[in-house]
Amino acid sequence: MKKSMLRRMKDLPSAHLLGTGTPMCAGCGGLQALHEIYDVLGNKNIFVNAAGCMTLLSVYPFTPFRGSWLYTAMASAPAGAQGVRDALDILIKQGRMGPEDDMDVLVLTGDGSAYGMGLSATSAAIERNLDFIYICYDNEGYGNTGQQFSAATPHGALTSMSVGSFGYPGYKKDLFNIWAAHRPAYVATVIGAEPLDLARKIEKAKLLKGPRFILALSPCPTGWGFDPKDTVAIGKLAVKTGIWPLKEYSDGKVVHSKVPRERAPVEEYLTLQGRYKHLFAPQRNETLLNEIQVRVDRYWQAVES
Amino acid sequence: MTRQLLTGNGAAAWGARLAAVDYIPAFPITPQTEIIETLSAWIDRGDMVGKLVMMESEHSMITAAGAAATTGVRVFSATSSQGLLYGLEMIYTVAGWRVPFVLVNVSRGVSAPITLEPDHNDVLATRDSGFLQIHCATCQEVLDNVLIAYCLAEHEQVRLPVIVNLDGFYLSFTREPVTVPEKEQVKQFIGIYDSQNIQFRASTPLSHATAVLGGGPYSYFRYEMHLAAQRALAVYNEVAIEFDKIFGRLYGPLEAYRMDDADYVFVMMGSFATKAKEAVDRLRETGCPIGLLRPRLLRPFPENDFYRNLKGKQAVAVIDQNISMGKGGVLHAELASALYGKPGVPPVLASFIGGLGGRDITAQEFYEIATVLRNSVEKGETPPPRLLYTESEIRQVQTLQAVAHVERRKLGDKP
Repeated sequence: MKKSMLRRMKDLPSAHLLGTGTPMCAGCGGLQALHEIYDVLGNKNIFVNAAGCMTLLSVYPFTPFRGSWLYTAMASAPAGAQGVRDALDILIKQGRMGPEDDMDVLVLTGDGSAYGMGLSATSAAIERNLDFIYICYDNEGYGNTGQQFSAATPHGALTSMSVGSFGYPGYKKDLFNIWAAHRPAYVATVIGAEPLDLARKIEKAKLLKGPRFILALSPCPTGWGFDPKDTVAIGKLAVKTGIWPLKEYSDGKVVHSKVPRERAPVEEYLTLQGRYKHLFAPQRNETLLNEIQVRVDRYWQAVES
Repeated sequence: MTRQLLTGNGAAAWGARLAAVDYIPAFPITPQTEIIETLSAWIDRGDMVGKLVMMESEHSMITAAGAAATTGVRVFSATSSQGLLYGLEMIYTVAGWRVPFVLVNVSRGVSAPITLEPDHNDVLATRDSGFLQIHCATCQEVLDNVLIAYCLAEHEQVRLPVIVNLDGFYLSFTREPVTVPEKEQVKQFIGIYDSQNIQFRASTPLSHATAVLGGGPYSYFRYEMHLAAQRALAVYNEVAIEFDKIFGRLYGPLEAYRMDDADYVFVMMGSFATKAKEAVDRLRETGCPIGLLRPRLLRPFPENDFYRNLKGKQAVAVIDQNISMGKGGVLHAELASALYGKPGVPPVLASFIGGLGGRDITAQEFYEIATVLRNSVEKGETPPPRLLYTESEIRQVQTLQAVAHVERRKLGDKP
């Protein structure tokens, strides 16, 4: 593989491609990640979208994208990508379209589609070795409909449908490993608050062929309950506390791209977010706080051993 | 031009092959599977160009079909029953993308109870989607109408996908002699797919199927689809005439059989109408002036053709091979709304439901329907809707129920 051109922050693209004025919420961590991803990917591509917050990026007659866009439905964006990719290949093969008109086929969905309704279509697209990049903005709930819990919601978080003192009783699904188990070309976790790590992964993904997955944790001021100005701080804490491991899978191996050597206590991350306020008031829920910390510690013990 | 013994499924596959389709997203379901197996074998052997991709569901299959057509290739696909229902969200969606492709549906009753044999509730679930619908009664019609469907779908005045429907088992697995047209003639008829202004190219980016805000823009795009579907009636007639010129077979929006001097009329869709034809012949021998009208086109609905054919008739029996729970026969309701208030329409428009889940409609039942029509005309009133069912059928079900009771008692349950 080619050596990365992106060694430090000042190597990141200075031209920003994604248009402004979209209806995303102020401080949207998903939009932040998408901006950074798009700058590296460039505009020779088509976004095949599933129902979610970002469906509202392209509302007739506006779009922030310089390339193409196709909205499908909640469950079948990867199948839409299959149709587009196959058709482009057919057109090139038959000489009905020059290779200069070819483009990268991208899927853009939230966690609701990526972890749940669209998972069957995703799994099948990977099986078929579809040449595409799947980008998931993971705001850990059905954000567009008011943050109901999804399969991506972390244990204990309050959502609009888990309002009790224990929050969400389930555990966040490990979509990274579900993808990796399919042995695709590439899987990576990213976060907008770590733009260099993100850009290097997008750069790598762009050079590969086959199914590739970018899972972007997307701090969500509206759904998680924090001030929009804190999106970057919360994103950095997600990494520093070890809650959001930055890693990549390729050639059968998982490598952590940023190991937080001295992990901050998870409390620092949790305490900034309204969805965890029940852990601190009216009294501290030591059991649940401890459980969350222990799960993170166990994860990193396994990584480091 | 060759004559071959083909099943309805084989005829559908030949239609796709002759239309030189580029792309076939596929998923198996009884009784449709023979279509995709046939196409797959042709592609594997090099008899046919084109790419077939096995999807993991009909929902994905129809998504891929629409996405590929939007990108600019000619697409074919096929399904049936539960598969059509599973993909229904995307049936509505891709119709709104205004992309032309052809989907063959092999009709089969829908669950529950789950069954394999045909009726039209599956295809009628797509009635309001924006897909145009052509219904076939013979294997020849299946092949020919796949070709006609491409011309119709791709016409610049239409730009909507088309469902070509054939009945499971009765057509899908029945061999009939079929004239297979020459490839060159078909090429002359269909031409090369021009995706016009809908296509994805790096040099000409396109945002397609974007969201709209508010009822104004939404209604605009929905009305546009409706108007295109209505324009499709005139286009269908042009295409059918062109088809007749090249291939010598004329398919109007309605098939009218022994209608000229008929007082009474059977109205039916699909292959069971051939049973009605036979009954018309027998009834004519007894002096009963009866005919048959069979819509090939269900969407757009050929209202004026129906009116022209039925004006001045005394009584009509619509025999629906479908049932809208709590209302009745779908075609009956459609025809009533098409005729209501027009001068000279038949005073009796009777509804019969039959043929659900492959249930036979016997000659005796057609004769009985004719008798009901005659009596209704004498009385001057439309009879109540009838659900066709025979004594032997109820006895059969009672036997099954008795067995079920015995089995349950054996397990120690109180009846």
